Amino acid sequence: MDVKAYIESGILELYVAGALSEKENKEVYALMLEHPEILQEVLAIESAVIKLTESVSPKDTSTLIDNIKKNLALNGEKDAKVITITKPKYNWFTYTGWAAAIILGVGLLWMVIQNNQLQTDIQVVETQKSQLEIEIEYAKTDLDKAKTLISVLRDENITELPLAGQGDFAATYAKVYWDKETNRIFLDAEGLPEPPEGTVYQVWSLTLNPLTPVSLGTIDNFATDDNKIFEIENLNNSEAFGITLEPAGGSETPTMEQLYTLGVVSAT
Amino acid sequence: MQLDALVEQFKKKDEKAFETLYHMYSKSMHGVIFNIVRDNDIAEEVMQDVFIKAWHNAETYAAEKGRFFTWILNISRNAAIDKTRSKSFKNAKQNLNSDFFVDILETTESLNNTTDAIGIKKFVKKLGEKCKQVIELLYFKGYTQSEASEALDMPIGTVKTRNRQCIQELRTIVLK
Repeated sequence: MDVKAYIESGILELYVAGALSEKENKEVYALMLEHPEILQEVLAIESAVIKLTESVSPKDTSTLIDNIKKNLALNGEKDAKVITITKPKYNWFTYTGWAAAIILGVGLLWMVIQNNQLQTDIQVVETQKSQLEIEIEYAKTDLDKAKTLISVLRDENITELPLAGQGDFAATYAKVYWDKETNRIFLDAEGLPEPPEGTVYQVWSLTLNPLTPVSLGTIDNFATDDNKIFEIENLNNSEAFGITLEPAGGSETPTMEQLYTLGVVSAT
Repeated sequence: MQLDALVEQFKKKDEKAFETLYHMYSKSMHGVIFNIVRDNDIAEEVMQDVFIKAWHNAETYAAEKGRFFTWILNISRNAAIDKTRSKSFKNAKQNLNSDFFVDILETTESLNNTTDAIGIKKFVKKLGEKCKQVIELLYFKGYTQSEASEALDMPIGTVKTRNRQCIQELRTIVLK
């Protein structure tokens, strides 16, 4: 084969231009491998055409490679990718683990505190509850007393008599409700002052002819009683009732100078 | 052969080889594309797309089908022509003139002051009208020999020999 004539034919210029058919391209390629002169010629043509086409470009294109690499995610970013895939994974596990541990710890602490608080609350409530129960007991007792009083006051068989203030003690007063059937009196001592220390009120049942006093007892709990109503047994056929102030423990006979109130049972 | 080895590396998606090939051919491709679209920004965009395309289709290149340069030249010409057919391009470029590459060389003086470019300009000025046309059609427009023969109204044999003469002249100027 005449290599020189082949080169002169101009087919290699068309080969570089890409103007040949696929079959012709393969032929040129085969000959190129066979004859180094042909390859040299092709390289020369190619490099001349590159120079020509480059001269048409009005711009330096060398920096645009960075855009392309960015677009293709090349140039070390591949390595970076490997890191970004593994690193977040590691971080995710670690941080989540620590976060969970901290949350758990804080949660447990919080629950212990809450538990202690609740225990204290329960104790407070129980104390309050027992106090309330006591108060209810008191209230019940008071209510029973009040009911008894009401029943007494409403009872037809009860004799009511006022005891008027005497002498120096005219400002004082008292009342006696006498239940003759059950042999007891209810003394309402609201109108009496508190007895001085070391003294006590003593209640007397009197018969008038002759004047005979019988002690019905002393009111020892005067200061502490709320409603100042005292239930006292009276077995006597009394004609009058009196209250005197006596030394603590009471006296055999009433001290007339200290007679506070006196009331006579009206004859019925 | 160094270039062959480089292309082989490129086919295996070697970034270094890709970058080297880019620096070897990007300006040339930009020139070809610019000659078709006549807009610097669009030419840059298309050229970058061409190399991205080349990377993605690297394994489809086969040496027996043609030169690597020719392969990427084909991708460039096709991409540029596709671009001129796109709607957005047509809207923006109503009156695309049909000047040849030689006109670009004459109007972009300030941008091309490399020795090569100056030499090529001198050469181009000396080129006969038929040489300009042949080079334009075969290298810048991607015409086949029969298409060029038809467009220039001359036999295929004449296209071949004329083109050979023109390239020979070019070689004496740019390759010393």
